[in-house]
Amino acid sequence: MEDNNRLIQIRDLCKAFGENKVLDHFNLDLHAGENLVLVGKSGSGKSVLLKCMVGLMEYDSGSLQVLGQEIRGMGQYELDKLRTDIGFLFQGSALYDSMTVRENLSFPLRRHPEKIAGASEDDLIQEALENVGLAHAIDLLPEELSGGMQRRIALARTIILKPRIILYDEPTSGLDPITAKEIIHLILEIQQLYHTAALIITHDMDCARVISNRMIILLNGTNYAEGTFQELQTNQDPQVRAFFK
Amino acid sequence: MTKNSGLWYQMREIVVETGEIALFARRFFREVFNPPYEFRELLKQSYIIGNKSIFLVATTGFIMGLVLTLQTRPTMSQFGAEAWMPAMVGISIVREIGPVITALICAGKIGSSIGAELGSMKVTEQIAAMEVSGTNPFKYLVITRVVAATLMVPLLVIIADGVALTGSYLVEHVKGNVSMQLYFSQVFRNITFGDLVPATVKTFFFGFAIGIVGCYKGYTSKKGTAGVGRAANSAVVVSSLFLFIIDFIAVLIADIFFEL
Ligand SMILES: Nc1ncnc2c1ncn2[C@@H]1O[C@H](COP(=O)(O)OP(=O)(O)O)[C@@H](O)[C@H]1O
Ligand SMILES: [Mg+2]
Repeated sequence: MEDNNRLIQIRDLCKAFGENKVLDHFNLDLHAGENLVLVGKSGSGKSVLLKCMVGLMEYDSGSLQVLGQEIRGMGQYELDKLRTDIGFLFQGSALYDSMTVRENLSFPLRRHPEKIAGASEDDLIQEALENVGLAHAIDLLPEELSGGMQRRIALARTIILKPRIILYDEPTSGLDPITAKEIIHLILEIQQLYHTAALIITHDMDCARVISNRMIILLNGTNYAEGTFQELQTNQDPQVRAFFK
Repeated sequence: MTKNSGLWYQMREIVVETGEIALFARRFFREVFNPPYEFRELLKQSYIIGNKSIFLVATTGFIMGLVLTLQTRPTMSQFGAEAWMPAMVGISIVREIGPVITALICAGKIGSSIGAELGSMKVTEQIAAMEVSGTNPFKYLVITRVVAATLMVPLLVIIADGVALTGSYLVEHVKGNVSMQLYFSQVFRNITFGDLVPATVKTFFFGFAIGIVGCYKGYTSKKGTAGVGRAANSAVVVSSLFLFIIDFIAVLIADIFFEL
């Protein structure tokens, strides 16, 4: 059953690679309209967690529900349908490098005509590109774009199917500080424009401060601490304080 | 010497790998007939494969025709059997040399580029990105490329055969003053159904092997740029090996059915 306000619910999620316990009884809720930031050290299992959420990786035990549906054991058809409601921004943008910007954006549209609802493909592409401020780049190839522009196009591709949830995997990684700031503000704009909920993974504290309504610290495979940015900033636990140095 | 270089280890690797490729091929056959079909991408890939290799295939074919004729001719004329030249060269080109040389070139050209392309898509998470956008990347990337290779390699073989025969004719014409009409009528009179059918059928298997091995290597490529290089490289090595095995099996089967 879908609780309309709770888009993602994770309970006691465990995932190990052999001896390496990456997630160990991890819990998380993502509510409608919220920007939840998950911080954790590099290699702490943040990307693994996101991949479990979209069925790219299987989890060992626990429950992971997205829009009321348990990911494990889902059929391919249902999973693909659910995935159109989840946007995923990859750490390295992951643009299709043999396709132009236009083809990158039309790729998901072509395969999910039911999501277009009568609108023309060109209009939707134009709209998405304008919303990330890159309408002029439509006929370029990814290799002709700077890192920041690639990230914007990747964001445009993520929002083009109008997902209800967007998962961001380190949206500012690999970008210079100024471009990173631009991307952060762009994400905020997109969130307001499209009314989506967002789960943002980062280890960039500036990013977390600006974007988050709520934060979770991932440590030793579990949700070690939770709260607003201010609450965590004033937390006395040395392990939590280490993140704010 | 590391333990990875032992003969025993290498043989075991080959067996394990063949098993994995067989599983990959099973997935191919499970999904190839189910919609949605990616026709546009299939056409595009067929065009790329043809376009990429046709020049090389034609050039090698031409040279093989020349060389084969130049080298065989003196021996044949010692026995006064120059009249048999078109038939003999024609049969060796159509049955063996055309298919095998073309397939080897395609393994180098197409196999490696499929391996590198899918490998880099894998490590830069483009394949994962397709998957989360609700598209089956196996259908879009693997099935289209394997089908394209399966269809295009036989076509390239036919072209190579034609060019090689032309090269051979040129030598005959210069050395033995054989007319074009005589040459080609000699060739076609002596090539039988039993030469043509197995030779054509096996080229489809060659194409399939090149496509499936290239895709398997790319699709399962390991992280990092070294992984991509390895995917491209081993796509060529493994598919070339498979080509010879398929060729051997094809000859055995043809031997049974058409009684050479
Ligand atoms: N496919 C995999 N196979 C084995 N181990 C993996 C795999 N993917 C991730 N890991 C391990 O899981 C841990 C967490 O990785 P990841 O989620 O990518 O970290 P990050 O928090 O930096 O995103 C790392 O120790 C990594 O080695
Ligand atoms: Mg990561």
